[in-house]
Amino acid sequence: MRYTGFRERANRCAVSGNEKTMDVSVWRGSGDEGAYESFQVPAQDNQTVLDVVSYIQQELDPSLTYRYACRVGMCGSCAMMVNGQPRWTCRTHVKKVLNGDRLTVGPLRNLPVIRDLAADMDPFFEKWIRAGGVHKPGRSRDDAIQQVRPEDPGRVEANKAIECINCAVCYAACDTVAGNPDYLGPAALQRAWTLYNDVKVTDRAAVLASVTGPGGCTNCHSQGSCTRFCPNELDPLSSIAGLKRAAARSFFGGKS
Amino acid sequence: MLGIRLYMAQRLSAMVMGPLVLGHLAVMIYAIQGGLSSAEILGRTKGSIPWFLFYGAFVLAVSVHAAIGLRVILHEVTGLKDRLLEVFTWGAMALLIMTGARAVLAVTLL
Repeated sequence: MRYTGFRERANRCAVSGNEKTMDVSVWRGSGDEGAYESFQVPAQDNQTVLDVVSYIQQELDPSLTYRYACRVGMCGSCAMMVNGQPRWTCRTHVKKVLNGDRLTVGPLRNLPVIRDLAADMDPFFEKWIRAGGVHKPGRSRDDAIQQVRPEDPGRVEANKAIECINCAVCYAACDTVAGNPDYLGPAALQRAWTLYNDVKVTDRAAVLASVTGPGGCTNCHSQGSCTRFCPNELDPLSSIAGLKRAAARSFFGGKS
Repeated sequence: MLGIRLYMAQRLSAMVMGPLVLGHLAVMIYAIQGGLSSAEILGRTKGSIPWFLFYGAFVLAVSVHAAIGLRVILHEVTGLKDRLLEVFTWGAMALLIMTGARAVLAVTLL
């Protein structure tokens, strides 16, 4: 049961003055069923899409379900589809994405919907694990600490992707994931590429084996939406290309 | 739906096709520029082992490459997988090889 009376009162309140408002369409529903619902939200000089969603939940409809935590682009939990494109909503200014006075906010693409704007991230993280995303150290606590030279080419390559916050924006942007649900997706493959280049990982062949199966890196069509939409400006496309090159070398018996 | 073996098969077949496509285009342009008739073309290809190998390799590379490409498209568009997808892939490859081989044999056999 939604608090429709509360929302209608609040909506009337929001549009009663001379305040400039935006027409915000928000996805409401669970699983495969639902529809967009329209809200009038006051337009501010400075506001993020997350501010807009929070305003709707706090002032217009407390039943609106969404997810966020840090509000500063660190935790990767607030990603949603904004005007049809995946974005981290806490760092997306409304002014940059507003279409006239309209804004459309939906749950992340390519993931099941728990409710309203909260997508189920389980498939995303399960693929992360399937791609060997868990670090398997080659040394025990009795061994000397592994020396890592920052200037080593492998470390330089690995460093390129360690700022991934697992927001799943790349996963939502990927058309290959949309067409091939078994495909591991850009974030998981980028993580595998990081581990492949990590000097602390001794079994690189195992990393490659995890990402060259039927849902692995070889399914990527190099469309590049992952790199285009990554909010941290990472480059999963190049990481996947690196995995493909490594897999090809390995196929011919080359060193992993 | 594309493991490393199919991926490599598609890439390697593409590498084979590259120079063969250029060679085929060059032959077509040469034949048209020179005003060769069908009979004159067949006169050069009939009984020719080099032309048999050239277009035979072309047919094999195309069959492998196209069957794997069609497999990917079919899976991503329709969701078809497992045994049916395997049957489609091998069926498409067999069909392309048969029709291609028929054409190659028709112009190279004496």
